[in-house]
Parts: sequence; C-alpha cells; structure tokens
Amino acid sequence: MAEEAGRGSVYDGLLGGDPSRWAFGTDFEDPLAGVDTTVPDGVDPRRLGAYCLMLGDDALVLSQRLGEWTGSAPDLEDDIALANIALDLLGQARLLLARAAAADPSLVPELPAGSPVPPEDALAFFRAEGEFRNVWLAEAENGDFGATTARLLVFSAWRLALFQRLRDSRDSVLSAVAAKGVKELAYHRDYAGRWFVTLARGTGESRRRVAAGLAGVWPLRGELFAGHAVERAAADSGVGVDPAHVAAEVDTVLDQVFAASGVGRPPAAAPAGADGARGRDGAHTAAFAPMLADMQGVARAHPLGRW
Amino acid sequence: MADGTATRSGLLDTARRAAESVADPEMPMLTLADLGVLRGVDLAGDGTVTATITPTYSGCPAMAAMRDDLVARLRDHGFPAVRVRVSLHPAWSSDWITPRGRRALAEHGLSAPGPAPHRGGPVPLTLLPVRRDLACPRCGARDTEPVSEFGPTACTALYRCASCLEPFQHVKEV
Repeated sequence: MAEEAGRGSVYDGLLGGDPSRWAFGTDFEDPLAGVDTTVPDGVDPRRLGAYCLMLGDDALVLSQRLGEWTGSAPDLEDDIALANIALDLLGQARLLLARAAAADPSLVPELPAGSPVPPEDALAFFRAEGEFRNVWLAEAENGDFGATTARLLVFSAWRLALFQRLRDSRDSVLSAVAAKGVKELAYHRDYAGRWFVTLARGTGESRRRVAAGLAGVWPLRGELFAGHAVERAAADSGVGVDPAHVAAEVDTVLDQVFAASGVGRPPAAAPAGADGARGRDGAHTAAFAPMLADMQGVARAHPLGRW
Repeated sequence: MADGTATRSGLLDTARRAAESVADPEMPMLTLADLGVLRGVDLAGDGTVTATITPTYSGCPAMAAMRDDLVARLRDHGFPAVRVRVSLHPAWSSDWITPRGRRALAEHGLSAPGPAPHRGGPVPLTLLPVRRDLACPRCGARDTEPVSEFGPTACTALYRCASCLEPFQHVKEV
C-alpha cells in the first residue's frame, strides 16, 4: 500500500502527545524477548551466569571508557567511530548481562519494590566494585589517543578470537551473540590496527605516543589469557572458551600489526598485583572506582526512575 | 471451515502487509522488510500477531522504536494483540536488503552494500582501507574515497565523492 509506506512513526506526535513517551518510547524491554534461554543439558546455570557476567562486564566497562571520548576525539570522524564501537560493545554487554541474569537470577542486585529497572541494568548500575568481573585492560584509563588505540587493538584482537570460537557454544544465546559480535569486532580490530600503523608511521611524536600506549597496556595482557576457573569450567562444558587457547592466534595478529608499523613487540612484563587476584576475581585497579561512580551515579540516585 | 481458513489467510496477509510497510526509524526510505530486519509475521488462533525482528548491530538503538512502530501499525490495522519477538540467530546480513531497498537507498543518496564477507573461519586482519568499487549516489562518478568506516548510524560508513565533492553514506557489508 503506497500510502502506508511513508515515514509514519508513533513518535511523530511526540511533543504534543502521550507524556509517557517523552523519552522516545525506549521504555524498558527484555533484550532477549522471545529468545530461548533454556540452559543446555549438563551445564551449571550458576557457572554459565558467572561466565556471561565476565564477557558482559568486559564489554560494558570498555564501552564506558570509549564513551568518554565522545566530544573530545581528535576529529569528528573518530569521535563517531569510537562512539559506534562503544555502542556495539554496549549492545553485546546488554545481551550478555541479560543472559547472565536469566541463567542465574541470584546474581541480580535487589532493588526497592516497584523499581522498573530490568535485570541487565540492575547488574550494570547497582553492583559494587568487587562484584564486577571485567579484566583490568578494559578499565584502564583512556590516556591519549595513542594509548586508546593500543588498548583497543589488544582488546578487540583478543575478543574477536574468543568470539570466533564462541560461535560454536552449546548455549544458543552465547553462540548468537558471538556470531553477531564477530562481525562487529572485525571492524573494531581493523579500526584500531589501521590507526596503530598510521600513528606509528606518522610523526616522531605520534610514534612515540602509540608506542608508549602499547607499553602501558602490555602488562595487562597476561590476564587476558590466564584463564579463570569459571572460564575453564565454561569451556569444559562446551558453552565457553578457555582464553589460553587463543593466545597464539592473538599473538599472530598483533605481530602482523607490529610488523606493518615497525614497532617492536614490548618485552614480556611481570604481571602486576601482589596477591595474584585480578579483575576476574573482583579485584580492581584504582582507576575503576571513579569510572564506576560516573557510570552508576544517575541510576543509583533514582532507583525508581523511568527513562 | 473453508471460510474460516480463507478469512485467516486474508487476515495474515493484512497483518504481513501492515508489518512490511513500517519504515526503518533511522533510514526511513526503507521499510523494515526492505532492510531485511523483519524476519516473519505469524497469526495465532487467538488473533495474536507475532512479528519477529532481528537487530542490524548488537547495540542498534532503533530496536525499541521498531517494536513500537510495529505494534502501533498493526493495531491501526485491527490487530489489538501484537507481540514483537527478537531473533538473534541467524545474525542480520546486509545481503538481506532487498533489491527495492537498494534502489530506495540510491534514490535517497545512500550507497547500497556489496556482497557481505563470509565469516565462517578466521577473520583476516585488514590494515589497509577497505576497497570498495562504489559509484557516487549523487553524480554517479566512481572516484570515491572512504572518510570513515563508522558513520552516523551503526550500519553505515562515511564516503566522499572526489568528483562532485559531496559526502555520502555507504551501508556497510556485514
């Protein structure tokens, strides 16, 4: 029907219309609506929940960091690019946190009666620092554009390698999130890799900065492949990936970038942290609390708010 | 019974056409059907219509608007009970944009995607700018250059035509 194929949107009458729609109708909805969230046979739902929380937190926290660039990237195009990458990661985080909550509802913080906050938002905005399971690489401060590029390169190369294998997960939600995520992460990795080469082959100053950025994130690399007991258990039950198994593949990709950029692979660094506890255990760096306060402040001030 | 079946298939047809006519919130020259986001429309015995949509990207902010527009459009066509399901698998591919959708993109100054890469095995690293043989949707010149792989919406890249100097959006291959 030609007359129906127009631009009509339910928001057309927004300003004079239904006030409950003031926030463009993005009322809370279940991101997994209609998706089969049955836990596969032989899989411990609590372990699956803990595993999804790790993958979701990595994406959520780096998304927040990348979002800090909005309005202050070197140029408009990179402002938009970093925001796009942040949005992709936020979308992955939302699905993964919703999946964690569906697998193990006991993970979700209790909110006051009548709170409209959905489980994935409760996980994002109402957990304390020690309940987050993201790797330190995700929470590190942005630094300059060179440091952000180096961090994004390492992170997206690692996550892409994980997600390529995660497409075969026995959990249908994880495999679907991974299949879509692979397409997104391929763009993220290429973006970071191109900027890495461009900066390394640019001026002396840009080369110095991207090399310094790489040296800064390199000590955080060990944690990516260490493999937490939750990750190993998820791999053993066929729903997850043991990150130790992607280390060689990620190295190959990073070496390609280093070769093209003429920047040497930094020396192996001793892992930081005296007692060995890391982000996967709920231990975090000093940079994390201020970031979390910034991310959670508004939601915590209005636990009954509708957005 | 025969009448009932005929009515039911007529109703399903109406529901399908109504759902297919909903415009994409971010690229309103395309319908959800043209974009390949609308994956199915079903009518249950109790009259409930279920429309299934799939996000273009994980963080696509338009999903809620799509859902609300679908519900409103179907209600306007006499279906009070509407459910919108999200289908994550298989992941959306730009190959699903219909020929009519591709024409609509071009008519509105956007460049349509080429064939999507197959993401079965390992994903190759691409350190050089993506090479696409694009024609400027405004002047038709083939002398175009990428400005950024990330455009104003999650699914577009930003290009510039070296001939007419106009910028344009290219819908990315995924």
